[in-house]
Amino acid sequence: MKEIVVLSGKGGTGKTSIVGSLAALAEDKVLADCDVDAADLHLLLSPSEKVRNEFWSGQVAHIDKGKCTECGLCQELCRFNAIEDFRVDAVSCEGCGFCFHICPVEAITMSERMAGYWFISDTKYGPLVHARLGVAQENSGKLVAVVRQQAKQIAEEQGLDYIISDGPPGIGCPVISSLSGAGLALLVTEPSLSGIHDLERVLGVCRHFGVPAMVCINKYDLNKENTRQIEDQCLSQGVEVAGRIPFDNVVTESIVQGVPVVEYSNGNVTREMERMWHSLR
Amino acid sequence: MIISIASGKGGTGKTLVATSLALSLSCDYKVQLIDCDVEEPNDHVFLKPEITGSKSVSILVPKVDEEKCTYCGRCAQVCAYNAIAVLDNRVLTFPQLCHGCGACSYLCPEKAITEESRETGVVEWGHSNGVGFAHGKLTVGEAMSPPVIREVKERANSGDVVIIDVAPGTSCPVVEAIKGSDYCILVTEPTPFGLSDLALAVETVRELDIPCGVVLNRAGVGDNKVEEYCREKNIPILLTIPLDTEIARLYSRGIALVDGIPQWKSSFIQIFDEIMEIVDEGNRSPKR
Repeated sequence: MKEIVVLSGKGGTGKTSIVGSLAALAEDKVLADCDVDAADLHLLLSPSEKVRNEFWSGQVAHIDKGKCTECGLCQELCRFNAIEDFRVDAVSCEGCGFCFHICPVEAITMSERMAGYWFISDTKYGPLVHARLGVAQENSGKLVAVVRQQAKQIAEEQGLDYIISDGPPGIGCPVISSLSGAGLALLVTEPSLSGIHDLERVLGVCRHFGVPAMVCINKYDLNKENTRQIEDQCLSQGVEVAGRIPFDNVVTESIVQGVPVVEYSNGNVTREMERMWHSLR
Repeated sequence: MIISIASGKGGTGKTLVATSLALSLSCDYKVQLIDCDVEEPNDHVFLKPEITGSKSVSILVPKVDEEKCTYCGRCAQVCAYNAIAVLDNRVLTFPQLCHGCGACSYLCPEKAITEESRETGVVEWGHSNGVGFAHGKLTVGEAMSPPVIREVKERANSGDVVIIDVAPGTSCPVVEAIKGSDYCILVTEPTPFGLSDLALAVETVRELDIPCGVVLNRAGVGDNKVEEYCREKNIPILLTIPLDTEIARLYSRGIALVDGIPQWKSSFIQIFDEIMEIVDEGNRSPKR
């Protein structure tokens, strides 16, 4: 079983469109949407929800006004500035419990947070594990870990060959959680100076965690000079460019129709997606 | 006046809006551009600022003096992040998991735990074309961006117009960046992805009680559901930027929109005036 995670560093380079297409091209796979902050893969795959689970994670402090003597120790010691006027700001609270442990009159309690949901759905392309992090919640990395673990379990139970996951943008906590231990990272970039800069950093994360990476240059023909620069950089670092996808409005049109682009068009984008899947598998 | 530029979905044009807004206002105001997308900061690509100072960002992580330690296990018991484990005659720390809350060292009965700094990023500042500039960079391989974001925001001068560029998404890095803003501009595109992520971003800013408006980028592709949504939710569309190969070309070469096509400046000045009015009105009327 091979786990392929699609990442990008920079947002909006086309991760979800590509995962949608891989979903249609690959056989015997489970799909995972690891962008739990702003999940979009379901908008291409028309899932029907089979299982819904609450995601409880992390804690939040609460001060019992009746017991509080307003000594101020918790406010003084909280490093997250989450306590002001003897009240806990739930958004700033990181759930460390320091205040709970040191309150001299035991006026502080900690409670679990309901931080979102995760789902297992059926799609015509195979099972999909996805999630929805609650608004302004933390612990996206932990929710990503749940999504991956569920996807892995499905792949093992059903003897599937691939886990294909749609990752979040950036290089921080949910990216690391999506990436560590995966078999291959496909890094989607675009030929802009921002795209080049961000690719370099996410490549660094792959190296740091020892995950082999390949690169896909999306909309490669929008700036061929920058595309050449990306190719040279990849060559010098021994990273294979697995795909060069041309700019074409059919991609946006397919998103509006809510289907993977390879099922919407027979043009160059689809041919290039097929070619790319052959180098990834 | 603090205006943050956020989006939910990545790649919708936050950096374009943040850089062009800052450059457009710099003739009439003292402006600062603060890039809080510390995972993938890009504003410097467009502003090419002269960097005049920098500061390392670190969090405090525990260091155990095993001479004093009695392996009582209190530190591991209080750590909410499993960043410290006590075995029979050994203590293991996992600095990558540590949030730096300080509970373990404070509560150690033997005073065997001190704290040491661990660098997780860097903040740099300078200026460009009359715009004050600061950004943060999370060290590659580090997971936690909020401490770096908090440190970059320290660079903001309260008297200036402060433009904050935010990471995509809706979770802790976004909340940390937009917290304390007077107004939030949400940049989106007219596609189902743009709409779905806009709705999440709106929920997030409303949770924080920050007024918001939308910049619709790449108008002309996709559908008109974003406009419908904004009408329904009573969210103003501050500006529409068309899908235009010239704009895309400038962006790809790292040229700010208002530097490449100066006619756009007046649109950004207009957005700012509109935001000023909304914020002033909000300050006069009682809070929701």
